[in-house]
Amino acid sequence: MVDKKSFTQHISQQYNEDLEHILNRVMAMGGLVEQQLADALIALVEGDNQRGETVVTGDYKVNAIEVELDEQCTHILARRQPAASDLRLILAVIKAITDLERIGDEGERIGRMALHLLENDRQRGPMSEVEALGGQVKGMLRGALDAFARMDVDQAVRVAQEDLKVDAQYESIMRHLMKHMEQDPQAVPQVMDIMWSARSLERIGDRARNICEYVVYFVRGKDVRHTSYEQMAEEAAGDRR
Amino acid sequence: MTIKGESGMYRGDAAEYAGNVALGNHQASDETVETNPAAEAAQASKLRVQDLSLWYGDTQALFDVNLDIPEREVTALIGPSGCGKSSFLRCINRMNDLVPNVTIRGDISLDAESIYDPSVDVVQLRSHVGMVFQKPNPFPKSVYENIAYAPRLHGLVSSRAELDDLVEKSLKRAGLWREVSDRLDAPGTALSGGQQQRLCIARAIAVDPDVILMDEPASALDPLATATIEELIDELKAHYTIVIVTHNLQQAARVSGYTAFFHMGYVIEYNDTTTLFTTPYEQKTEDYITGRYG
Repeated sequence: MVDKKSFTQHISQQYNEDLEHILNRVMAMGGLVEQQLADALIALVEGDNQRGETVVTGDYKVNAIEVELDEQCTHILARRQPAASDLRLILAVIKAITDLERIGDEGERIGRMALHLLENDRQRGPMSEVEALGGQVKGMLRGALDAFARMDVDQAVRVAQEDLKVDAQYESIMRHLMKHMEQDPQAVPQVMDIMWSARSLERIGDRARNICEYVVYFVRGKDVRHTSYEQMAEEAAGDRR
Repeated sequence: MTIKGESGMYRGDAAEYAGNVALGNHQASDETVETNPAAEAAQASKLRVQDLSLWYGDTQALFDVNLDIPEREVTALIGPSGCGKSSFLRCINRMNDLVPNVTIRGDISLDAESIYDPSVDVVQLRSHVGMVFQKPNPFPKSVYENIAYAPRLHGLVSSRAELDDLVEKSLKRAGLWREVSDRLDAPGTALSGGQQQRLCIARAIAVDPDVILMDEPASALDPLATATIEELIDELKAHYTIVIVTHNLQQAARVSGYTAFFHMGYVIEYNDTTTLFTTPYEQKTEDYITGRYG
């Protein structure tokens, strides 16, 4: 977790407790989103109908935590007028949970694609590359959440850079799937479902990267969105003090 | 040693100040000063404070304070009670001269001229550097006389018509004219708290000062009167350099362009207000503005 000292040293004990509670709920939300993604991938790759249903019907839980956290952050802003690291923390949380909720949506989309494939001849679609991409993205999401939990800038930079691999893998998959459609036009509906799933995985990689950027913002006070990886690494390495 | 910040101004460290390191020397010898926004801020500075220390008897209350206060900007001084911010504020118009057993070392210059030079006429200085206090303190005279008293004393007007104009202009600039134009003969003390404070501000600006010092000007006022004063401060900065002491951190964040954080007589950090309140450089500043145990 984030260095506990940061949140236990306010003169107001209630403030300490409020911030700790918010962070705990972000982690709970992250865990839920991770589980949704894992289930979606099993549904997609293994054709597991039950998992697909679980993901599609479970997204509301992610949404509910987002709404709850937004409300708690609003309370902190209105009642505490946070400054400095407290302000950056609340902003990082508000941004991160938006990305987590969207990751949940992408997971749900993959779940739907998996269910759709099950209604068709899913064997016609090549799945192995998507499985590899899914593994990569799952690892990236876990790394981003770990970095956020510990507010570890070094890990945040490492994980963010993994998005390059995800993008490369995604492009490769798209090329292969296009070729597959040319060779087997009958498989177009199935391949389209796999394409949408790959697209969702690629987007999850982007959002995991965003979460890493918020870690740099919280720790260093630097906004590294829309910058190069080199610049992000540089800002992360620099001492704010 | 002192570290130059990338966003301008300087950041000091109390422990290093205690080693009697003169900040001004570091600024002068710092090669980055030419390319640093601090250099621009310094050029436009209205007040330059150099190595200012102050003692009440044997007790030192300020330690080597160095600040460049920019012209036509609002600079807020924040810090816990007893940190020296009000003592510092009172040095800027030599109000501390009136306190027995005060010793001051170092210097403050206004428009590059020392205000502690023996040739300085303190009464004249205070017409250039006005002050507004925590508790509104109108003279026990009419609204009109509250404003007219100082310009008459300083011989700034030559006729009654001119004085009338000046009273009207000052009250307008203080945002009070509409509320009191039909009762200029009423006693100043009959106005509401917020109006009295604006009357004091009008009184301060009637002598056309360069600098207005405000010592917690809104702490005795309700939120609406406070908002009116803050709005007024924002308007006044177009004409005057304002230095405000406040315990209300949100107020400092709202009204000022620059903020200096004082702690135990040292300036711990001086920076543009946004940076100081979002990414403070010093842990002490962070602890204070986030309400942590220091």
